[in-house]
Amino acid sequence: MKFIDEFRDKEIAEGLIQRIQKTSTRPIQLMEVCGTHTVSIFRYGIRGLLPKHIRLLSGPGCPVCVTPNIDIDLAIALSRQKDMIIVTFGDMMKVPGSTSNFQKEKAEGRDIRIVYSSLEALKIAKESPGKKVVFLAIGFETTSPTIAVALIRAKEEKIRNLFFLNSQKRVPPALRALLQSKQLGIDGFILPGHVSTIIGTKPYQFISEEFGRPAVITGFEPLDILQGISMLIEQIEANRAHVEIQYRRVVHDEGNPIALSKIYEVFEEDEGNWRGIGLIPNSGYRFKEPYNEMDVRNFDVEVEPSKEHPECLCGEVLQGIKTPLQCRLFKVVCQPENPIGPCMVSIEGTCHTYFKFSD
Amino acid sequence: MCLAIPGKIIEIEKNVAKVDVGGILRDISIDLCPDVSIGEYVLIHTGFAIQKVDEEEAQETLDLLRKMAEAI
Repeated sequence: MKFIDEFRDKEIAEGLIQRIQKTSTRPIQLMEVCGTHTVSIFRYGIRGLLPKHIRLLSGPGCPVCVTPNIDIDLAIALSRQKDMIIVTFGDMMKVPGSTSNFQKEKAEGRDIRIVYSSLEALKIAKESPGKKVVFLAIGFETTSPTIAVALIRAKEEKIRNLFFLNSQKRVPPALRALLQSKQLGIDGFILPGHVSTIIGTKPYQFISEEFGRPAVITGFEPLDILQGISMLIEQIEANRAHVEIQYRRVVHDEGNPIALSKIYEVFEEDEGNWRGIGLIPNSGYRFKEPYNEMDVRNFDVEVEPSKEHPECLCGEVLQGIKTPLQCRLFKVVCQPENPIGPCMVSIEGTCHTYFKFSD
Repeated sequence: MCLAIPGKIIEIEKNVAKVDVGGILRDISIDLCPDVSIGEYVLIHTGFAIQKVDEEEAQETLDLLRKMAEAI
């Protein structure tokens, strides 16, 4: 078994679609929280296969999209300082800050390097004595343990020139904020499979217990998504609300305890600043001692005043309140080659996905 | 960004494993999944194994999917 092709079987998919059509009787809105789900749903044309009364909303699950521009502005200001190397995941290169982005700054001669893994930042720091290396630490709970490992190793190996610009986010508090919003009626959540490999089911229990909504932790292949939707519909039709796991091959109730212990060795929960949404309690992290020595926010650096394009609707799109098609900038001036907002930059951004897959 | 792909463990040396991902070999950290064995599949994210892939569970899910699809 390769765990990919088996979950793309056309005949089973057709059976699942029929099952969904047969069991679903009422209009509902389901939110797929994760940008990777949005991409799969569009790639496999899943929206078009569902009954018209089932509406899928795209959620805020794109770490690149929700990184606030004040953090990008800070990284850009740092990159302009002497003897500074900025290290980032590639997705961030074109994300607009207030007046610039990393790609433009690199073209101007700043030392900005793309890495695939947090551990590469460690290597760059070791190879660059006399320079300060700043890793732009973004991501959800899937990525946070990998960042924590880099911090722990840097401390163990006494690497003193590596710093972190922490802009990581936690998913469950953002879901609470969405459920508290009066603008959205969400009947159920397709929960992010890979975040859940780390955190398990417990942090989501409030969705069913406090808000009476069902939620299903779902994988990313087409059969996974169809089964996840079918499980949600069966709960809704039976007036049940539980947190269930569809993606059982990698998600367990307890998550990955080793990964969680790494996160909480280094960080503690704090409010998080989500681009376009604002501050959400407990949705971010701050450094614990002694790791706060590596917090780049201790640096004295002047950062330009933060500003967003006044017509960009990324904030509303990230919350599922509006779709990219309702944005005046979409396709007209905001395109993957010239993104105005972050949702058009990331390959998992809702605007990028709509641009790529819509007519 | 939360993309993760399955890969098969080929070799393990301390906290680094060589994995086969669709025929391409790569080194990954197993700091977050230290109890993996050669021949097992892991889910890989940004150069780290983040969880073992449970083959039995995968088979059970496929069996259930077939039943769900046939029950119509």
